[in-house]
Amino acid sequence: MKKKNGSGMSSIVKVIARVMVGFMMLFAGYFILLGDEVPGGGFPAGVMLALAYILITLAYGREFVEKKLPGVTASKLTDVGVLIFLFMGILGLYFSGTFLDNFLKNKDWWFFSSGTIIINDVAVALTVGMSLYLIFLALAIFGRVVCEGTLCRDLGREPGEEK
Amino acid sequence: MVYRGINDNYVCFNDEQVGYDMNIMLLLHLLIGFMIVGAIVTVEIKNMLSAVISVGAVGFILSMTFLFLGAPDIAITQVIVEVLSLILLIRATINVDNVAIEEKGESIFSNRTTLIFVGIILVFAWIAFQSLPIFGEPSMRVSRYYLLNAYGKVGASNIVASIILDFRAYDTFGELLVLFTSISGAFAILRRGKVDKHKDHLRIDLER
Repeated sequence: MKKKNGSGMSSIVKVIARVMVGFMMLFAGYFILLGDEVPGGGFPAGVMLALAYILITLAYGREFVEKKLPGVTASKLTDVGVLIFLFMGILGLYFSGTFLDNFLKNKDWWFFSSGTIIINDVAVALTVGMSLYLIFLALAIFGRVVCEGTLCRDLGREPGEEK
Repeated sequence: MVYRGINDNYVCFNDEQVGYDMNIMLLLHLLIGFMIVGAIVTVEIKNMLSAVISVGAVGFILSMTFLFLGAPDIAITQVIVEVLSLILLIRATINVDNVAIEEKGESIFSNRTTLIFVGIILVFAWIAFQSLPIFGEPSMRVSRYYLLNAYGKVGASNIVASIILDFRAYDTFGELLVLFTSISGAFAILRRGKVDKHKDHLRIDLER
């Protein structure tokens, strides 16, 4: 079953998604960079990032978003987020003797006034966002396999049937 | 008593005990009533898509409740996570048969057992709730230190950020490890079929 304009939804949805995704990523960046001054922080920023990619997935289809951000890159970014947090913890252990200590706190550096909180926000946002995006991608990939694999005979469907 | 008022934008550090405004309490009771009605509708309705929409309504009312209680961080997180879970639930239920399976004949034994266990739980909950502080008057032992030192010692004007990423950074680190482990486990369990190692380990061979 081939649609007129490739995979995904209609062109109206595609145009609106193309406009909205930039604003969603901007909002995620606002949550990260001002996470210590205004309500927000790493977790909503990560979920917002994941929602931006999920919007692209819903509007353009799975094949398009796998070219933009492959699952391998997303899983590596998840590891990078955890490693940044661990690295900042070990730096705190090195500089002030306590694991995860905030060794840069209360400086007068522009928006870095709260030390490692912003860096940890970036780590949290990367891990949360990429994990949720990968969960959605896993549901999109593996949910299809159940219908098309050996189980399709039990479900009474033809192999390769779009469902 | 440290108290953060609903209509006040500041935290006052005096010993004066201030209760919640009666109008706000009425609003909170209304919102909690709506949430209970939405939960009952979710359980009892036959159409699964309507149940999912009702779950979404409950989540948004919960975020409004957080906003009225003076916790905008949690309200933002609640709204965004609610949108994500609504997308996942609608994707999961929009293609399957929309009517829930109806059971034929009621098992009286299970109903009686459920009632007895709910009664026992209510009795013990009544005993346990006696020792909790009154709503709106929390006992400020540890959090008083956080509120007093969040700006001066950390330098973050958002107290929530300074708590979750400075005073209690272990919790956040554990949360990250939980997410990391869960996504690893999801991929290990959900993987099925032959893996094409040359291109992409997520792309799997569908014809085997």
